[in-house]
Amino acid sequence: MADVQTLNTVAVGIDPAAGQLSGPRGAKPRRVLSRRNIFLYGTLIVVAVYYLIPLYVMIVTSLKGMPEIRLGNIFSPPVEITFEPWVKAWATACTGLNCDGLSRGFWNSVQITVPSVIFSIAVASVNGYALANWRFKGADTFFTILIVGAFIPYQVMIYPIVILLREMGLYGTLWGLVIVHSIFGMPILTLLFRNYFSSVPEELFKAARVDGAGFWRIYFVIMLPMALPIFVVAIILQITGIWNDFLFGVIYTKPDTYPMTVQLNNIVNSVQGVKEYNVNMAATILTGLVPLIVYFVSGKLFVRGIAAGAVKG
Amino acid sequence: MESTDVSVSIRNLSLNFGTVSVLKNLDLDVQDGEFLVLLGPSGCGKSTLLNCIAGLMDVTDGQIHIKGKNVTWEEPKDRGIGMVFQSYALYPQMSVRGNLSFGLKTAGVAKDEIAKRVARTADVLQIEPLLDRKPSQLSGGQRQRVAIGRALVRDVDVFLFDEPLSNLDAKLRSELRVEIKRLHQKLANTMIYVTHDQIEAMTLADRIAVMRSGLIQQLDAPQTIYSRPVNRYVADFIGSPGMNFIEGEVALKDGAAHFRFDGLDIPLARYEFDKAGAKAGPATFGIRPEHVAVNSGEDWPFTATAPVEIVEPMGSDTLVWSRLGKQALTIRVSSERTPRVGENVTIGFDPMNASLFDAASGERL
Repeated sequence: MADVQTLNTVAVGIDPAAGQLSGPRGAKPRRVLSRRNIFLYGTLIVVAVYYLIPLYVMIVTSLKGMPEIRLGNIFSPPVEITFEPWVKAWATACTGLNCDGLSRGFWNSVQITVPSVIFSIAVASVNGYALANWRFKGADTFFTILIVGAFIPYQVMIYPIVILLREMGLYGTLWGLVIVHSIFGMPILTLLFRNYFSSVPEELFKAARVDGAGFWRIYFVIMLPMALPIFVVAIILQITGIWNDFLFGVIYTKPDTYPMTVQLNNIVNSVQGVKEYNVNMAATILTGLVPLIVYFVSGKLFVRGIAAGAVKG
Repeated sequence: MESTDVSVSIRNLSLNFGTVSVLKNLDLDVQDGEFLVLLGPSGCGKSTLLNCIAGLMDVTDGQIHIKGKNVTWEEPKDRGIGMVFQSYALYPQMSVRGNLSFGLKTAGVAKDEIAKRVARTADVLQIEPLLDRKPSQLSGGQRQRVAIGRALVRDVDVFLFDEPLSNLDAKLRSELRVEIKRLHQKLANTMIYVTHDQIEAMTLADRIAVMRSGLIQQLDAPQTIYSRPVNRYVADFIGSPGMNFIEGEVALKDGAAHFRFDGLDIPLARYEFDKAGAKAGPATFGIRPEHVAVNSGEDWPFTATAPVEIVEPMGSDTLVWSRLGKQALTIRVSSERTPRVGENVTIGFDPMNASLFDAASGERL
């Protein structure tokens, strides 16, 4: 009679080393320098270098003085490190009549980005929640129209919006641009939130309703805490999108209220005088710094949020 | 005014999704303190009906009354119901205590009253040690206990269960099944329970409503549904292993009814026909596997010799696949008396235990 004990041990008299246990055992060993690895890492390194060289050139150039740049060795590191170009780009570079550098544009961009991000995400998340959980009559039609809106070329809408803002007395103001950014962010953000909230089990929503929670209570107490990853994704998309925007900035604002990107262009493309490559490079890096920092800080959260949306959406 | 011992009353309830009719003019009265099970295959409308009672779906037509009050247009929270879902549906970011008290907080119940009720519920369900954990730290059985607690804590008249045990493994399922039964005995609340599991239905229910495509086929005590199914659909759905169906015809010979098939003849003298009485014509003869005796030596109204084709031991008993005439027959025998494959056995049964259905309509004769 075989009891559990004997079924699970090697029978007496059989040498385990001599029998079935010789030969391959455990995890299969893998060579570090296999053909596959060389190819894989080789490709990755080449691509990484390809993307990093321009950044390297920019940083190096921005730290050189003009005499050194004129020598033409763009890859060589600076002999004499100077932060002059950075200071100039930030504080004293001239665009048109203003000679206070990028700082003015930076603060304009902050004033545009912060309210746009908050406003567009607040509205879009409620939109998405309502579309996913409170199916009203015509919800699908509404959603379709919203999504079609995402595919209409911006150029078509530029002039009508100019008129609209003019009539509202907001043309040329920061708030006008905030409204424009919020409207154009709406389709993609609503889609993002709707798909995320659709992936939340319907029974959870039903349970909350049986518990007596209404539209806003379910949104704030149940849904919002669950949706943090998708909020991070939305915030990143909006910050980088709005910060990097050039077209709307140049159309809907005046020189006093130009966002940083427009000001950068004006600095880099000014035709008078000497081309100060080091200042241009420093100005460009300064402008790109905000999205860059956002990516570095939230990279992990971003990937997690995107993955959550992709798998369940 | 209606009588006070009716807890939930559903009248002429219809629900359409576009052109698809999910519930068709349905009437149902649930008595106060009754445990009613809605049983049926997926897509029969049982969960939809429960959602309608809960107020989570708008009905197309008809009325729902709970405790004598017409709640057809009421919000779920105003209906005096608590609901337990298949996926537990616990709020993931709240602790167990938070889950239990959420509904009370929403209703604006005082803090000390909430604490009191949560403590009482936790005591009833024995979940006190779990109160400060998050749902993700609980096992499936614990989660479902908390979900039941969430319905319990609200002090409602009617409990609605939407397949609450379907996500659990077999052992936990039978444990929690007993627990729900015990809870019902203790609380004596009205409970409406949706399931596709006939064992759950049989063990828990005071009455079972067997549903099929939006209609209630039979509403009766479990034993009645088992032994006297009203039609072939119910007979087929209830019971595992399923009832044997033999196609043939009813013939009247000298005033006595017989069931004839494949040259065999079952006397129906002991079969209880319904009010219409015996009529000649094509019919289906249904007999449950446990009502067929093998080599019993007793004197049955019908006996025959049948070959043993396949034997399926199931532990407590054995299922024997055999053949009567040309038609398949399964027989349930005790494990000690299992016949060998290839053997010929004498089978016998009493038509009193059988069910006879009209071949065309499937209705019980």
